[in-house]
Amino acid sequence: MTRLDRLKPLDWTVHPPYLHEPYRSTVSRSPRQRLVPLPQTLSELTGPVYGDGDVEPLDSDLTRNAVRNGEPIGERIIVVGRVLDDDGRPIPNALVEIWQANAAGRYIHKNEVHDAPLDPNFTGAGRCLTNAQGEYRFVTIRPGAYPWGNHDNAWRPAHIHLSIFGRNFLQRLVTQMYFPGDPLLPLDPIYNGVPEEARQRLISQYAHDVTEPAWALGFRFDVVLRGSQATPFESEGGS
Amino acid sequence: MPRQTPSQTIGPFFSFSLVAGGENVLIDERSSGERILVEGRVLDGAGEPIADALVEIWQADSNGIFKHLADPRHEDADPFFAGFGRSATDEDGRYWFRTIKPGPVPTEDGQQQAPHINVTVFARGMPIQAITRIYFADETANERDPVLASIADPQRQQTLIARREQSADGIARYCLDIVLQGEHETVFFDA
Ligand SMILES: [Fe+2]
Repeated sequence: MTRLDRLKPLDWTVHPPYLHEPYRSTVSRSPRQRLVPLPQTLSELTGPVYGDGDVEPLDSDLTRNAVRNGEPIGERIIVVGRVLDDDGRPIPNALVEIWQANAAGRYIHKNEVHDAPLDPNFTGAGRCLTNAQGEYRFVTIRPGAYPWGNHDNAWRPAHIHLSIFGRNFLQRLVTQMYFPGDPLLPLDPIYNGVPEEARQRLISQYAHDVTEPAWALGFRFDVVLRGSQATPFESEGGS
Repeated sequence: MPRQTPSQTIGPFFSFSLVAGGENVLIDERSSGERILVEGRVLDGAGEPIADALVEIWQADSNGIFKHLADPRHEDADPFFAGFGRSATDEDGRYWFRTIKPGPVPTEDGQQQAPHINVTVFARGMPIQAITRIYFADETANERDPVLASIADPQRQQTLIARREQSADGIARYCLDIVLQGEHETVFFDA
């Protein structure tokens, strides 16, 4: 069979380790044995393929996809970005799924206990596919911070969860996007589990070119997945 | 060159977005191959069930073919088999999938990998996913599988091998717990 296009290794100088004691639930949920090297075979270099039939246009507008009797409460925002690999190549047809708390910091979930109001017109769930340039776009409500039980007076900084399917099983990524200038970030053990020099890559940037007049503020958040081990052909980057 | 975006935990509240229901059934009546049930629990280092994990699987069809361009045989893939599934664990930490038994998967140098399912585990308390595989106890091909052979300790090898049980409806049931930590810790991979 033809030669497989293998991926570069996962960059452990960027990703958080399994065990980060200040994030308490990692203590009993972190594998302790050394990971076993796995060759990248056909099983790892393939993965689910998504297309237009898998998402509806409304899926990416969280201010409209759950409306019952009015508009959701809170600050409307537009979140855009590109999904690319670390060779700088855009990844089209990547499935991006997001979930988040509402403006009051409350999730729609059976185990959610935070004493903050639900919003009847907002679920906080959305999905979209990247276009040919690897771009995605969501319209949503800026999420609120919320308390959690990790330590005394623990609060999560405002964030949007993202789940991304790239080209194959090994490019799978689940992450969280934060907002610039959030004073809770330096106090958050989940954010701080990431090596210091890589943390700021989790913070979206305010994007005035995305902001729409008299409508919504824009934020930009690019997502970079593992790239190919082979040097990409020069022609691929050409015009 | 841009650098990889760091992973962050899936947290406890993913299911209202990621799980509508039915994502753990990979087959319909038209899918070809042996129908099987794959199930088990996700356990933490104290042996406690993890009730808020998400288990994702990716596998070949009954002929060992992936519906993906990287597989040169992809045009022959079963059009009625998804290959991908997702199961959120329940209060007992249990995941399950209705799928088909995959065929053996070729390697580049012309060898065969024993039938297997690729698995990704996400959970609150896991800053990044863990990946593992499920093999099938009744496959003699396991003895020649290059990945299993790379695990020196036979006891650790066993953490990847699902035992076969017959269920009441005659469908083969394969059972395997995924243990994140401790004496029976599952083998997790770095690929
Ligand atoms: Fe969250």
